[in-house]
Amino acid sequence: MNNQNLKEEILRMSGVHPEKCMRCGKCSGTCPAYSEMEYHPHQFVSMVDNGEIEPLLNSESLYKCLSCFACIERCPRGVEPAKLVEAIRLIAIRRQGANHMTANDVPALLDADIPQQAIVSAFRKYSK
Amino acid sequence: MKVSYFPGCTLKNKAKDLDAYAYKSAAALGVTLEEIENWQCCGGVFTTARDEVATKLSSVRALKEAADKDQPLITVCSACHNVIKQTNHAMQTDKEFANKVNRYMACEKSYAGEAQVYHYLEMLRDLVGFDTIKAKVTNALKGKKIAAYYGCLLLRPNRVMQMDDPENPTIMEDFIKAIGATPVVYAKRNECCGAYIAMESPALAEKSSNAIVQNAKAAGAEMIITACPLCRYNLIKNGADIPVVYFTELLAEALGVKEDTNE
Repeated sequence: MNNQNLKEEILRMSGVHPEKCMRCGKCSGTCPAYSEMEYHPHQFVSMVDNGEIEPLLNSESLYKCLSCFACIERCPRGVEPAKLVEAIRLIAIRRQGANHMTANDVPALLDADIPQQAIVSAFRKYSK
Repeated sequence: MKVSYFPGCTLKNKAKDLDAYAYKSAAALGVTLEEIENWQCCGGVFTTARDEVATKLSSVRALKEAADKDQPLITVCSACHNVIKQTNHAMQTDKEFANKVNRYMACEKSYAGEAQVYHYLEMLRDLVGFDTIKAKVTNALKGKKIAAYYGCLLLRPNRVMQMDDPENPTIMEDFIKAIGATPVVYAKRNECCGAYIAMESPALAEKSSNAIVQNAKAAGAEMIITACPLCRYNLIKNGADIPVVYFTELLAEALGVKEDTNE
């Protein structure tokens, strides 16, 4: 898929209007996973706007978002960057064989107390 | 008062206390929780992508059952509440999505988000009333300094959740006052604990959770309360040296029904 089509699909899935961004950086400033990310929330917005989708599609940053909705809540322009992360992550893991986590990976990640909620959430985010 | 109740996967496993004390406390307050029949796991996190349909059906089924019974739908787990409320909002506002869901479910009567979704805390505030709770408290937790940990999912996105002011909430502090204790307000009460990243990058969850506990302690907290099993896990796992308990447990204690054996 060429970049224009990918961009349109991402905007349709997410309902985001990246052109509304005024580059204040509040999304990245409030992101609890900021230090773990190669591309930060504000970069997702500008890169999608510029059609630079491939680097995002192949970045581990997609799996660092915690779905905490902080950037969605605190964006003064209502851009909602996490919805772009979500759409691109889904496009990535919907590709055949591209699951970020499989059932075989899970046992090694558990301890005796971990709640079911963590496992189903991780699966919802990392796997199709 | 009879209400529909969606417990969720964790409340039947690792967070049995959250569920059991919710039942006991509701009974003491004259509320009957009627569990949704054959409820299915909500999936833990709401998928914001508009073209994700299958992952939202379990929520729609629960919502529809509550609406058919003309009962409010009550959730206790923060994650279930977030997923179900956001799904309901999508059914109300995104026609294309709602059409897909209704076509797939092929029910006689289509569903358009009619159910009223309340978190248990909202039920206490809006349907029961904190004053009523205050009057029914037999074992007031006097002098105890308690920090409310909201986390992310109860409050955000506020446009949909509409529980409280997302940056300066009071519902849990008002709950703490209603059971006779003293709320401790601290800056990080609505910041993320690290959530499911605990599986892949435990170091990040450790950093986030630790900052929350230290911040609550610095403000004088002797105890932290939460509605979320994953928040509780992360805070305890990462060295909380004050108790981290479910709010329903304290409610049951204050109402004098904590030790009751029949739910």
